[in-house]
Amino acid sequence: MLNNKGRVTRPQESTDDHIETQDSYSGHKGLLMNEPLLFEVGGLDKTGVDLPDCSETENMLGGLERAGEIGLPGLSEPEAVRHYVRLSQQNYAIDSGFYPLGSCTMKHNPRLNEKMARLPGFTDIHPLQPQSSVQGALQLMEQLSHWLLELTGMEAIALSPKAGAHGELCGMMAIKAALEAADSSRNIVLVPESAHGTNPATAAQLGFKVASIPADADGTVRAHAVQTAIEENGAETIAGIMLTNPNTCGLFEREIKAIADAVHEAGGYFYCDGANFNAIMGRVRPGDLGVDAMHFNLHKTFSTPHGGGGPGSGPVVLSQRLSAFAPVPFLQKSDDGLTLIEHEDGDDTEAEPFGRLTAFHGQMGMYVRALSYILSHGLDGLAQASGDAVLNANYVRAKLKHLLNQPFGDQACMHEVLFDESSLAGTGVTTLDIAKRLIDEGFHPMTIYFPLVCKGAMLIEPTESESQASIDLFVETLASLIEEAKAGETEEAFHQAPVHTPRRRLDETAAARKPILRFESSSN
Amino acid sequence: MTKTYYSQSHEYVSVEDGVATIGITHYAQSQLGDIVFVELPETGRGFKQGDEAAVVESVKAASEVYTPIAGETTEMNEDLAANPALANEDPEGAGWFFKQTITNEDELTKLMDRAQYDAFVKENQ
Amino acid sequence: MRYLPHTESTRQAMLDTIGVASIEDLFEQAGTPQEQPPTSLPPHKSEMEVEQHLSQLSGLNRAAGDGPFFVGCGAYRHHVPASVDHLIQRSEFLTSYTPYQPEISQGTLQYLFEFQTQVANLLGSEIANASLYDGSTGCGEAVLMAHRITRRKKALLSGNLHPHYASVVKTLSHMSSFQVDQSEVVAGQSATDDLIAKIDDETSCVVVQTPDVFGSLYDLKPIAEAAQAKGALLIAVVTEVVSLGAVQAPGDMGADIVIAEGQSIGNGLNFGGPYLGLFACRQKYVRQMPGRVCGETIDADGKRGFVLTLSTREQHIRREKATSNICTNSGLCCLAFSIHMTLLGERGMKKLAALNHSKAVQLSKALSNIDGVEIINQSFFNEFTVRLKQSAEQTVETLVKKNILAGVPASRLWPDRPDVENLLIIAATETVSDDHINELCAELKEALNA
Repeated sequence: MLNNKGRVTRPQESTDDHIETQDSYSGHKGLLMNEPLLFEVGGLDKTGVDLPDCSETENMLGGLERAGEIGLPGLSEPEAVRHYVRLSQQNYAIDSGFYPLGSCTMKHNPRLNEKMARLPGFTDIHPLQPQSSVQGALQLMEQLSHWLLELTGMEAIALSPKAGAHGELCGMMAIKAALEAADSSRNIVLVPESAHGTNPATAAQLGFKVASIPADADGTVRAHAVQTAIEENGAETIAGIMLTNPNTCGLFEREIKAIADAVHEAGGYFYCDGANFNAIMGRVRPGDLGVDAMHFNLHKTFSTPHGGGGPGSGPVVLSQRLSAFAPVPFLQKSDDGLTLIEHEDGDDTEAEPFGRLTAFHGQMGMYVRALSYILSHGLDGLAQASGDAVLNANYVRAKLKHLLNQPFGDQACMHEVLFDESSLAGTGVTTLDIAKRLIDEGFHPMTIYFPLVCKGAMLIEPTESESQASIDLFVETLASLIEEAKAGETEEAFHQAPVHTPRRRLDETAAARKPILRFESSSN
Repeated sequence: MTKTYYSQSHEYVSVEDGVATIGITHYAQSQLGDIVFVELPETGRGFKQGDEAAVVESVKAASEVYTPIAGETTEMNEDLAANPALANEDPEGAGWFFKQTITNEDELTKLMDRAQYDAFVKENQ
Repeated sequence: MRYLPHTESTRQAMLDTIGVASIEDLFEQAGTPQEQPPTSLPPHKSEMEVEQHLSQLSGLNRAAGDGPFFVGCGAYRHHVPASVDHLIQRSEFLTSYTPYQPEISQGTLQYLFEFQTQVANLLGSEIANASLYDGSTGCGEAVLMAHRITRRKKALLSGNLHPHYASVVKTLSHMSSFQVDQSEVVAGQSATDDLIAKIDDETSCVVVQTPDVFGSLYDLKPIAEAAQAKGALLIAVVTEVVSLGAVQAPGDMGADIVIAEGQSIGNGLNFGGPYLGLFACRQKYVRQMPGRVCGETIDADGKRGFVLTLSTREQHIRREKATSNICTNSGLCCLAFSIHMTLLGERGMKKLAALNHSKAVQLSKALSNIDGVEIINQSFFNEFTVRLKQSAEQTVETLVKKNILAGVPASRLWPDRPDVENLLIIAATETVSDDHINELCAELKEALNA
């Protein structure tokens, strides 16, 4: 009861009339076009494709022909292009500005990646055509695997998970499979309080019980806290631990090796959430720290585009202890070249795959982009990129530490820096208000709904892609807003922001109370 | 004669003529924020003390509602299901969640009365 | 390095501001281990070198467009209009994140709302979400959702469900201690007696694919009635959504949840991913539905706008009580689907479906004239199964040497079943030409007579 964390946005009643923006006759505002819904402008008799006529043939549909209207309005090509271009102009994007969204690693997406992923030998091949006809694709998967294994110091890889959370599920399934193979009834998974919500969700989905570990005053997990949790639950019940490193507060888990040792000694496995691998790539190998399984987010660390929320890709690397338990399909080398093993009993090796996570081989389109990025950087470039990411976050920290409170004290951070809203106390202005004012200033706000361990989190991840000038302008803007809030004369302007956007604050309460999830012609 | 008891997880039980009416307290709704959905137990479901009986979703979060006493559900508040805002507007009146039988009167004695609950809330703020 | 803006002098200036001597010192202060990992990985390459390397790998693959191509079984080659790829590469679509700040994400949110409407209408359901990873993972999620709704733990799968989809469901179920039952495989027929007979009071859902993995079409009404009579849900799976321009929608035939692989519209084959999971269901199950959803609301000025909604079900807030562990949707693939569907419109979609069906009928007639080839389907849309007089796998290998990709041998999906060894699953979309059909028939005739 009383889960009062999380977020709320419902616009406040405006008490200030001058903030009302003047509407134009057309609904457009200069370069910003208001665009109706497809269902209001399209027509059932309109189309933007010309298809060849087909000859009348015998019908083999078994009496199941569709009768009547489907309800799919169309547009001609020029109208469609305009519709979507206008929609695109209502989005903020990395290409247009600074996007310091903590834990999301919004780095530049090189266009070479896009060009490579569209080569016909990658985009126009079928997952079930004979393997002899796709050896180049299998070689690409093999080369990407080699890089990911070398960068992490791990033994085996499962490429197929479709996103970070899917990779997490894969890694925890491998642990569960290893426990089953050993006839073990271990069922407790230790998860720090600061963990991303997917960690406990994943463990619970697999039937594990979640035991929470507190963080220390410095924001990291201490080996003695893990040891205590192991003793409280009994070493023989510990299936493993799920730890994010660097953690969700942007801090490196200093005692990670001792934590790994404690969990291993108890007989459990160490799952590492690799969402923040961008901070350490080319510098620290998780395998050297005692990690047994870790997922990547290719769309964070290796620059595949976020695409408005996907598609992602979440390959998982496994230690020697877990290497036999990767799901199908997996690659095998032989004299004839590379083979993709697609069935659980499909080879004569020691492999004990736990099953299958998706119909085909995973996100090939993302593998191409990630390898294109990795080859471009090389090992030296990847290490420089993680170095610059950490440099940029610490630069933001140094510039703002006098104005904003760091919940775990002023200490060197990794690729992102966490502040809270305590220095705004008494101003009537919250982190949410600061974020909305940043929007009016032309920035994408930092992450504000996460992590939940502090009140009014501001998690800032500049990434290595930003220039010093770009970071300076953001930092100075944020500083001016904090000072304005503390001066205390413009509280209402904070609550009413943003005002320079296609839409102002949206009523999420109304959306959730009576969900309208599709267009109905009667609703306009 | 109605007597009302309170739990540490911020539910209340109003007892009248041997029937218990259960809902969330005014303080609970103020912490949850705008309530957008409630999932109520169907009639005839039996609970032990402390069982998860209902779910309440606000824009911020989803939380469980535990029944403070054992019993069997006799009625759910259809008006609340249709208009979850009632739990914000009048939580201890029109915004009640469900009614149930009382298996064991003794369980009531372990709950707080109004004064104790007010002190409990103040202490935990 | 072309992707990094800093010069050595800016790095030094920033280090001075922080008050440390080097980036390595920062890592040391942050507590990372200092030993350099041993590695043999190579240094950076120019754009030209990377392009040459990857182009060489691409060239080793036989692309679908390089000659006759008849491969389907869950992924289909269709023509995608040029404007689709142009539009999805708009910076503001390509390089934005999940629309957590709705005021500056209305573009993404509005296309998701339009997408949800298109999907719901196409699948014949009341509502749809903003997509899942792909059809197979959607199928797994649908089964878990049915378990939550019915509070039962046993799924019943049709034997003719794509075996990889069945594998995904079985893996998830095994890992979460749920049960799975399955009816017999009956190639070429829409047989449902065995399936219906297996429904009992513990069945939470019945999962039926139409067209099924062999290409046969199903009337879902009797299965829906039988399932619902026992308190179970019907989950319909569609791996070729173009079929829905020609055949009745699963939702209209009574399916409670409809899952589809949306790749066919707007998205390339991509060797299996990224694809697009379409997920639709009845309105009354909205709060049990996994994945992101976009909803309509108003802003502070009373103007219509869109937000991600019902997010309290997600792991961000519910943690171990979340509906599922899914975080991402398939954003850009949704956009490609939605743009392609908008270009097609009602008329284009129906015509595309008719064209696919006529190509498949034309191919089936041509093949049925060959000795040693028997078409086993009683019904089909753009894909059907033939029984050859010899191993289908060997025949496919023979034909690939003649630059013909003839289809999927059933043994690729069921390596341990001798009874399907001679079955070949063949798809014909609008991209198949008369010449391709003639070439396939000529070479197949020769392969069978060899």
